[in-house]
Amino acid sequence: MKTILGREIPDYIKGYGHVRPFQGAFSDVGVKTRTAVRLTSVIPNDQKVLPSLEDALDKLNINDGMTISFHHHLRNGDYVLNKVMERLAARGVKDLTVAASSIFPIHAPLVEHIESGVVTGLVTNYISGPVAEAVSKGKLKKPAIMQTHGGRARAIESGELHIDVAFLAAPTADTYGNVNGVYGDAACGSLGYAVADAEYADKTIAITDHLVPYPAYPIEINQVFIDYIVKIDSIGDPKGIVSGTTRITKDPVALIIAKRATEVIKASGLVREGMSFQTGAGGTSLAVAAELKKIMQHEGVVGSFASGGITGYLVEMLEEGLFRSLFDVQCFDLKAIESYRDNPTHQFMSASMYGNPHTKGAVVNNLDIIILGATEIDTDFNVNVTTGSNGVIMGGSGGHSDTAAGSKLAIVVTNLMKARLPIIKDKVITVTTPGESIDVVVTERGIAVNPKRADLLEKLKMTKLPLMTIEELKLLAEKITGVPKAVATSEKIVAVIEYRDGSVIDVVREVDSVS
Amino acid sequence: MKITKVAKAGTLESNDILIMVKPNEFGKTELELESIVMQQFGEVIEQVILHKVQEMGIEGISIKAQDKGALDYTIAARVETAISRAI
Repeated sequence: MKTILGREIPDYIKGYGHVRPFQGAFSDVGVKTRTAVRLTSVIPNDQKVLPSLEDALDKLNINDGMTISFHHHLRNGDYVLNKVMERLAARGVKDLTVAASSIFPIHAPLVEHIESGVVTGLVTNYISGPVAEAVSKGKLKKPAIMQTHGGRARAIESGELHIDVAFLAAPTADTYGNVNGVYGDAACGSLGYAVADAEYADKTIAITDHLVPYPAYPIEINQVFIDYIVKIDSIGDPKGIVSGTTRITKDPVALIIAKRATEVIKASGLVREGMSFQTGAGGTSLAVAAELKKIMQHEGVVGSFASGGITGYLVEMLEEGLFRSLFDVQCFDLKAIESYRDNPTHQFMSASMYGNPHTKGAVVNNLDIIILGATEIDTDFNVNVTTGSNGVIMGGSGGHSDTAAGSKLAIVVTNLMKARLPIIKDKVITVTTPGESIDVVVTERGIAVNPKRADLLEKLKMTKLPLMTIEELKLLAEKITGVPKAVATSEKIVAVIEYRDGSVIDVVREVDSVS
Repeated sequence: MKITKVAKAGTLESNDILIMVKPNEFGKTELELESIVMQQFGEVIEQVILHKVQEMGIEGISIKAQDKGALDYTIAARVETAISRAI
C-alpha cells in the first residue's frame, strides 16, 4: 500500500495494527467525536493526598499491558518518569506502553525497561538520546508510535490513545489537585501538553514537590481531573528544565539565512496589522524573530499573537507592544515563565487548542507565519525532522506538521549542507511533514519556493533574493559535497510516523549500526 | 619517498579532518578512518586520502584520519600538509 506521497507501507504492521495511509493534510476532517471518560466520583471528606508513591501505585493497580502517560514540560530535567518506571519495574509489571509527550536523554533508564520487557510500547512526539537509539536498533517489542503535538491530543480525545493512568509532574499542586507550573523549585511555566492526559486518563495522579494549601493559584489543570496527589522530594532538576537565557546565534551563515527568511516574509505581504508568528528556540529561528522585530518596528505594525513554545525573546516583543498576546503551550526559559505568570496577555494554550485538527479550530489555523527546521528536505518539499541522515531517530514532529498545515506561510530555514551532508535529497529517509504544507525553503546559498505557491513566487521575483528551483538547490549542494551513498536499513519497522490526523505518513526501519 | 617522523595536520572542528601520519615499518600504506559521515562518504574519503599519498609518491605510511565532515579539497590539503611535515 502506498501513501499519497508514494511511500510504501504495509497494510498491517505487527504491534501497531491496520494502517490508514496518509491521503493529504486535510483529507480526514468533518464530523468527529470525543470519547467518553470513565471516572470515580469524589465525595466530601475523601482524601486525595496519599502518603507516598508506593501507596499511590497500590491504589492505582497498574497491570501488565496498561498504558501510562507522562508530559514533557520538565524536559531534560524530569525525574518523574524515571522514578515511576523504576517502582513499576520493581513491582514486576510487564508489557507497559509509555505514552510520554516527549522523551529526552535523561530518560536513558527507559532503555533497561525496554530490554527487560517492562516497557514494550512507546507513544511519543519526539525522542532524543539513548531511548531513540534503542528504538532505532529494534529493541522495543512493538514499533514506537510517533505523533505530532496536536495529533497526540487528538488521539487521546478521540479515544484512539487510551491512557489508563496519567502521571502528572506538577511544579505546584494543592491538596485537592489543582495544579500549576509557575511556582515551586521545578517551575516550568505552561503545562499545555499535560491537559489531554489529565482530562482523559482513567486515573490521573499529580506528583509534586511543592504541595500547597487549598486552593493553589493560578490553576492550570483543575481538581475535577485529579484522583490523587503525592508529594516527593524533587520532581526535576531546574537546570535541565529551562535554560537561563536563550541567545540569538552569532554564526554568520545562520544570520544570513535568518535575514533572507525575513525578506521572504516581508515580500509575502504578511507583515501587516494583526499578523501572527511562531518560531522555535533554535539560534536561527530566534534570529528570524530579531530581524522581523526590526521590520515590525520600522513599519509600525502590531501583530495579534505569537505562539508555541515561548522564549524570552518573544516576551520582549510582547512587552514592546509588537504583539497583543502570546499563546503559550510550553515555556523555554525563565523569562517566559515569569511573563506567563505575571502578564495576563501571555496566555495558556493546551496541546489540543494549539494543534488538534479535530477541534472547532486550533490556534495553528490562525497562524500567518511559521519558521521551521529540517534535517532533510526532498525535491517534493517533504521534510524529515524525525531521523538523522543516517536513518537513526533523533527527534520527531512536535508541532512541526501541525503548524506547517495551519499556517499561511511555512518557511523552512536550514543550512544547505551540514557537516558535508547535503540537506536536500531526492527522497528524505523519513517523511515527518508533507511537502504540501511547506511553502518555501531558505538556505544560505539560495531560496526555493514550492511550485504550488505560484503567487508567492511572483511576489519574490520582485525582490533581489537568490531564487532557484529545489532541484537546482540540490545540485548546488551536491557539487560541493558529492552525492551521498544511500543508508542501508533492514525491513523491520521500528517506528510508525502518524500524521496529525492519525493516518500513517511513513515508517522508520531498523538500522544496522548506530554511529 | 618515505616519511621519517610522526606529524599531524587539521583539527576536530566540524567540517575539518585531523590527519596523523607515521612511518610504517613494513613499507605498507595503512589507513585507519573514522568519520561522522562514514556511511554516506566513507569510500570517497578513503579514495581522496590514498590518492594524495600516491600522488606524493609516499610509501610506508600509517595514517589515522578523524573526519568531522570535511570536503574533499580540505581532506587532500590536510593529508598533503601532514605528509610534508613528516618528511
